[in-house]
Parts: sequence; C-alpha cells; structure tokens
Amino acid sequence: MEIGVYSFGDVQRTKDNKLGSTSDATKNLLEAIQYADKVGLDFFGVGEHHTEYFPASSPATIIAAAAATTKRIKLGSAVSVLSTDDPVRVFQQYSTANIISGGRVEYIAGRGSSTESFPLFGYELKDYEALYNEKLELLLQLNSLGKNESFSWDGKFRPTLNNAKIVPQSDEPFKIWLATGGNPQSSINAAVHGLPIAYAIIGGHVSRFKPLTDLYRAAAEQYGPEGFTPEVSFAVPGFVADDAKDAKDTFWKHWHWTMATLGKVRGFAAPSREHYDYESNEDGALFAGDPEEIARRMVEAHTQFGVTRIFLQMDVGQMPQEKFLHAIELLAKVVKPRVAEMLKETKHES
Amino acid sequence: MSPKIGIIGAGKLGTALARMFAGSYENVAIINSRAPDSLKLQLQILLPGVQAMEVHELIKWADIIILATPLRQYQTLPLSEMAGKIVVDAMNYWSPVDGKIAEFEKYADSSSELIAQSIPGARIVKTLNTVAYSELEEHALPKGDEKRRAIALAGDDTDANALVAQLIDAIGFDAVTIGMLKNGTLLQPDTELFNVRVTADEMYAVLDRLQKV
Ligand SMILES: NC(=O)c1ccc[n+]([C@@H]2O[C@H](COP(=O)([O-])OP(=O)(O)OC[C@H]3O[C@@H](n4cnc5c(N)ncnc54)[C@H](OP(=O)(O)O)[C@@H]3O)[C@@H](O)[C@H]2O)c1
Repeated sequence: MEIGVYSFGDVQRTKDNKLGSTSDATKNLLEAIQYADKVGLDFFGVGEHHTEYFPASSPATIIAAAAATTKRIKLGSAVSVLSTDDPVRVFQQYSTANIISGGRVEYIAGRGSSTESFPLFGYELKDYEALYNEKLELLLQLNSLGKNESFSWDGKFRPTLNNAKIVPQSDEPFKIWLATGGNPQSSINAAVHGLPIAYAIIGGHVSRFKPLTDLYRAAAEQYGPEGFTPEVSFAVPGFVADDAKDAKDTFWKHWHWTMATLGKVRGFAAPSREHYDYESNEDGALFAGDPEEIARRMVEAHTQFGVTRIFLQMDVGQMPQEKFLHAIELLAKVVKPRVAEMLKETKHES
Repeated sequence: MSPKIGIIGAGKLGTALARMFAGSYENVAIINSRAPDSLKLQLQILLPGVQAMEVHELIKWADIIILATPLRQYQTLPLSEMAGKIVVDAMNYWSPVDGKIAEFEKYADSSSELIAQSIPGARIVKTLNTVAYSELEEHALPKGDEKRRAIALAGDDTDANALVAQLIDAIGFDAVTIGMLKNGTLLQPDTELFNVRVTADEMYAVLDRLQKV
C-alpha cells in the first residue's frame, strides 16, 4: 500500500494577514516534495491550477525539478488538465522528467473540475468531452511507440503529424493513470484503455465509490486488454497531526477558507462545521485525524476497495508550511508503518 | 399506476437519480449520448432494475422526462418530441464551471424558462438541480424524519408540480414548491437555496425572508 500527498501549490498567509506570493508557494511546493522524499513518502502529486491561491499551473516543471533533486519518491501530476494541453508536449515533458528521475514519473490524466485553463489556452468548454477523448487517445499512442518509431496522426484539435519523431523516450514508458470524480463512464473508459484509475473523492462518503470500483473491475474483465490488472488509487483531502482534535480543527480552518472562496466563485454556500464534522469522521471523504485514525481508514479503504495507493491533499487555504511538513513526516514515519502493521495483522487473521 | 421515468444523461447526476428512482418505481429508463448498448455494464452493476432506451423511444415512452445532460448539450436533444410531457430540468447554467454560453449569459430569467421556450407544449418543472449528486443518496431520509432535507421545485403546471413532488418524496426528500417557473431564479447557482442543506421549515423561513412566495 502506497501513501502519498498531492498539492495545488498553496500560498501562505503573510504576517499582515494578506495572501502571500505565488513565488514563495512554488518554492514551498518543491521543498515539500524534497522533504517527502527524505522522510520516505511513496508518492507526491502536483495538481494543475491557475489561481492566485493555488498557483501550481505547470506540474511538469515542478516534477522535473523534483525529479533531479529527489531519490526514491514517485512523482506525478494530480491531475493535469490534458484537455487544454498538447499531448505531444505533455509526452515530451513527462518523458524527459521520467528519464531524469530514473523512472519515477507518472501522469494522471484528468478532465479538470476547474476549468480556468480553457479560456487561458483558448479552448472552448463546449468541446470538453471531445478534447479529452482525442488528447487521451493521442497521449496513449505516443507513450506506447516502439524505439524511434515514426508516428503519424490526424485529429481535430492539433495539427497533423506525418512520420514525426517524438523524443526523448524513456527506457520504459511512464505510467499513465486516468483520474475521475465519479462519472461512471470514466471508470469504464479507464478499464477499456487498460489504465490504472485514480478516484478523486472530495466530498460525501467514501463508500459511495464502491459501485464505481466494482464497475471498473467488471469492465476490466469484460473489455480490458489481455493481461491487464486493474489498479485503484484514491485522492482525498485530509490532514494529519499528532493530536486528533488538533488535526480536525486545523484542517477545518483551512479547508473552510478554500470551500468558501470556491463557493463565492461558483455560487454555492460555504459548508458548515456540522457538515465538516460529518465528512471528516467515520466514512467521510475528508481524511483529517491523528495517525492512528488515518492509518485505520487507509486500511479500511484497502480492504473494502482493493485500493493500493491513497494520497492526501493537506495544504489548502494557506496551511502554514511547517504544519504541512510535519504532517508529511507523520504520514511517512507513523501512518505508513502503522498501515503496514495493520495489513499484516489482517492477513494473519484471514 | 406508477409513472414511467425517463432520464436523459447517464453521468454523475443521471445515474444517481436512476438508482434512487428504481428503489421506488418500476419503470425507470436512462440514456447517454450513445446507443443503449453502451450502458450494459452500468445497468448490471450500478443500476439494477433500470433499462436503457434509445432517446427517441425513451421520450415517447416516459411520462416524466428528466434532463440530466450538461446544459451546453440541451439543443442537441430532440426537444420537439417532448411536447405534452412533464419535463424536469435538472441542468444548471453554471458558467464558472461549464463556461459561458452567450444566450444564457444575456438571459435574465431562469435558465429553465429559456429551455422551456425550446420545448413548446412541455410541462417544465425546475428541480433536482440544487443538490450535489454525491449528497442525494447520502442525505435521503424517511418521511417524517425531523432532519429530512428539502428540495425545492418550481413550475407553471400544478399537476406536474404535484407529481414531481411525489417523486422527490419517494427518493427521500421533502418537496417544497416555490411557485411558478419564473421563481426558478431562486434555485440557480449563486442563490441562497443552491446546494444548501436545509429542512422544509428552514427553507420556508428563507423563502419568507426573500418574500417571494
Ligand atoms: N453533478 C452534480 O452533482 C449535479 C447536481 C445537480 C445538477 N447537475 C446538472 O446535471 C447535469 C449533468 O451533470 P453531471 O455532473 O451528471 O454530468 P456528467 O457526469 O458529465 O454526465 C453527463 C451525461 O450527459 C450525457 N449526455 C451528453 N450529451 C448528451 C446527449 N446529447 N444526449 C444524451 N445524453 C447526453 C453524457 O453521455 P456520454 O457519456 O455519452 O457523453 C453523460 O452521461 C448538468 O446540467 C449539471 O449542471 C449536476
């Protein structure tokens, strides 16, 4: 079972209570990845966003920087908005970083629940589905080319390729995941393409995803390529602190800021503390708690859904960097061994 | 007799609704933008008791049609075939999420009224658009539970409103009718009643304050 973190690059709050700089946030993000590597976390994902409080607009760049300055941790986008990117460029960037990292780079393809990148790069939301389908198809083909194989391709959203060479190629292709927020067709698509799947569970109860993971596995069996083994990971908001109450209160403050800010833009009411308590306890989507509770919940997810990786978004709403780093350390040094221990016990019992 | 419910759109919202309706009603059908066959596995695993139907057939068959596609797709639907039917518009015009659409951007009334203009003769009810799909199944409660959440609806046809109110009740929510379709402006993104978790009494209190009923 792999344990990780993902981040959109959270800006800090300054001493005079203003929003800090996106430049500092970018340095903090790289620092957090390097720290996560040092303390032994399994995965760090960088999620493409384009706002003054979530400035990680260019995951490939951060991942490349991290690839050169870390040793063991797996690095990935979480997620990249493939629909508004050029798959050829994406392939080149992730392939380059994959080579530099020694094969630790992954790409999690998403459609993007935030759509800021569409106007930014001149795409139209009416093409939302078509863009994603075509670009995913192209990226998958590029990532499965033979050594120095020439490539030709014709589609709607990018210029035609005629016997093009797409370089560099890493020795092994980088791993591509499909991310989904719960649209059932996406679970089927992942299976049809023989891709591992990442469920972003950002609200409600985790058990709500059981029918979808079942659907994914059934589709893998019926429509998946031969020899394909389905693989499921969960991305959830959450936070770990030494003390359970402290973890929940701290995360509430920062998560609430984010939801209230998002709500203002998107026109929904900010969630109440009551709602937060409902979602940050028992089966809720928010994994906020002390290491013991979080470890237990990860083991449950593993047992219930066969999940092999869980990664938490902990730095939201100006989470102080030192708290974020400490949470990373707890995840790697306390939660991870505890999960391994509990999994061993369950194996013994069964 | 149990009404036939046809859902157009088999995404997050459409499948959640289909599953819930199938718990109370015998005749529930669903379709996406493709052939019914494409939903085979989904029916088997996510939606036992629901059937998939080709869209024209579904429209003809259903007593109540639920629009659950992205709003930007609505003009690609065979709208004229829905004349005379009860049509529940669960779609939101939500520009920060789905992008701007010129005709909705400049339209001051509720998006459902603009859609109603494209479906002459249909009895439009605006509802089920205000609850996040992820909360539908989780927040459903039996009738009489003091915490039962309310879902508002607006429509010009009182019979249609009443029938849709029954549907809402059947899947675990208190239906609160807020009057004519034009009141649907109270149920859009960026309003007080959009994705709020309130009981019927609490909702009436908000409405009293807004003095719209
Ligand atoms: N998600 C929510 O929580 C929520 C809550 C309230 C209201 N809503 C509203 O409900 C609608 C759907 O949202 P969603 O989140 O469920 O979207 P979604 O997951 O993207 O699903 C959209 C569904 O619509 C289908 N579709 C697209 N064009 C179609 C066409 N021409 N004919 C038939 N089916 C078509 C798609 O089929 P294919 O797979 O074949 O493309 C897909 O099944 C939106 O208007 C949204 O504003 C959503």
